[in-house]
Amino acid sequence: MKIEHFSEKTMQAITTIHSTFVPLPVENIDTDQIIPARFLKATTKVGFGKNLFRDWRYEADDETKPKAEFVLNQPQYKGEILVAGKNFGCGSSREHAAWSIADYGFKVVVSSFFADIFRNNALNNGILPVQVSDAFLQKIFAQSNGTTLTIDLAAQTITIDSTGDTESFAINQYKKTCLLNGYDDIDFLLSMREEIESFEKSYTK
Amino acid sequence: MGKTLFEKIWDKHVVKSIDNGPDVLFIDTHFIHEVTSPQAFAGLEKRGLKVYNPARVVATADHNVPTLNQHLPIREELSRKQVEKLIENCKNHNIELYGLGHPYQGIVHVIGPELGITQPGMTMVCGDSHTSTHGAFGSIAFGIGTSEVEMVLATQCLLQSKPKLMRINVEGELARGVVSKDIILYIIAQISASGATGYFVEYAGSAIRSLSMEARMTICNMSIEMGARGGMIAPDETTFAYIQGRQFAPKGEAWERALSGWKELYSDADAAFDVEININAADIEPMITYGTNPGLGIAINGLVPTPESIPDEAERRNIVKALDYMGLQGGKPLRGMPVQNVFIGSCTNSRIEDLRMVASLVKGKRKNEHVRVMIVPGSQQVAAQAREEGLDKIFEEAGFEMRQAGCSACLGMNEDKIPAGEYCVSTSNRNFEGRQGVGARTLLASPLTAAAAAITGVITDVREILS
Repeated sequence: MKIEHFSEKTMQAITTIHSTFVPLPVENIDTDQIIPARFLKATTKVGFGKNLFRDWRYEADDETKPKAEFVLNQPQYKGEILVAGKNFGCGSSREHAAWSIADYGFKVVVSSFFADIFRNNALNNGILPVQVSDAFLQKIFAQSNGTTLTIDLAAQTITIDSTGDTESFAINQYKKTCLLNGYDDIDFLLSMREEIESFEKSYTK
Repeated sequence: MGKTLFEKIWDKHVVKSIDNGPDVLFIDTHFIHEVTSPQAFAGLEKRGLKVYNPARVVATADHNVPTLNQHLPIREELSRKQVEKLIENCKNHNIELYGLGHPYQGIVHVIGPELGITQPGMTMVCGDSHTSTHGAFGSIAFGIGTSEVEMVLATQCLLQSKPKLMRINVEGELARGVVSKDIILYIIAQISASGATGYFVEYAGSAIRSLSMEARMTICNMSIEMGARGGMIAPDETTFAYIQGRQFAPKGEAWERALSGWKELYSDADAAFDVEININAADIEPMITYGTNPGLGIAINGLVPTPESIPDEAERRNIVKALDYMGLQGGKPLRGMPVQNVFIGSCTNSRIEDLRMVASLVKGKRKNEHVRVMIVPGSQQVAAQAREEGLDKIFEEAGFEMRQAGCSACLGMNEDKIPAGEYCVSTSNRNFEGRQGVGARTLLASPLTAAAAAITGVITDVREILS
């Protein structure tokens, strides 16, 4: 689709992501787990990655005591793709959750279900939420570490490279155009200023 | 075909629909607070933008403020800087701020309604997921992220896709000791913590209509806990009576004009919902949660489920993980279990009616000596009203710590935290791992059930005390 009005790129464009993945097979991961409230005191968007999944990552809030069983502390698991259980990102609207995921280095989150606000927050930060079927999610979790996934945003497909299993995923066409080109919503809304002003005048009459 | 309440309001606020894309939705009122707004203002400044219409923005400091000694400078440096940033941003952009020390300061979802800012038919947003609270007045109100806060500050609009619609009908009369918090905990336990994701919910039915505005707010507040973008209730005489005469409510002719518009705000008889759920009010008992999401709740006399009884493997793993964190065993009752903390507060249950409910139960009684009880009014106005009615004395005599307005131990952002491993019966909205402090174990319940635990020191069926 063509979107008029956009002036400039404000986000990193996403096209194809090809990477190993980090599996986190836990359901209902809420944004308090992704980034606990005590780390929301910052007034900038940077540096949240070091506290991503803070209380699952460290014993007693102590960075010198990583929990060995937690996946982010296992060096064999790395990559730009986080794969998590269903209903990812539920709870608080804190965009800090998306910032911490991006800051840590993830570009894609795969789950079988996303909470609405998190999905928007991810998209507004150039993180692609890829919603797959429960069955496909289980197939990904069944892969050994080192397996790569390929996500093709233009084709709207996700592929497990080792097995060739592919599934298509849905994305709002407007958002797809934004991600492919690195546009963000605010540019679009700013371009509508006159229409918004005239709407407000007629509507409040 | 007729329209739903949601559609009537949404359609009126669409500036433009994008082909194959979202709607450009005009937002009437935008609440901001210190935690989710600084990066939005920084974004505006980076682009050299001013706020579109400062008169449509209302600010308060609530999430990250101390609830003791609010007249003194905030001791914790990062918190102080964050609150100072809000003051600076509001000053630079001519936004009305009800900050610390202001008689209108309080939790954003408590002050909006009590000041008469929240009105039927509005679109309202805030960088906070519990913005759904305002839907109790028949408005479309939902939480947004900080990028969206920036969009609304810059343009008073958001790009939003129309959600699907769900109606939950609660019919019949509530049993004694059962209050609105129990209704919503019951609903979430029925449909799960993700059962309404993708939907906007309208609550209807005789049991809902019989509730006060405070009680309706409690229900709409927790809509997000089943994944819904928001919840709403059609405005009626109860709504209008609550709003009339409040500081920012329309007055005189403007009131009459507003009222005639508000009376049109209901779902038409032939309006269609994507999903309808019917609940019998008489089935609801006082509720309490045992797990680490608000969908894991049981009746106060029920048993914690055993993982073995759950057929779905993923669901079973969830329960095992939750029980492990909570230090609970499946197949056992919660009733009679000792608790170390009680928290009465949050945007769910910190309004004057909640405080009156607690006071009516604890008047003349003393808390159990092993329990610490924090009671945190939702706003300065609630606190003032409580003092006027002498509720503060009742709490003091009961051994409760009455603190100053703020979000407090609901989210464990300031120093009001629950120690690791301890249980807290809480009137707040989330029982996530670590929500009230690292390792804290939260049991969500109504103000009545929380007050009962404060007195007895154990999880108690409040109906025993009432009789």
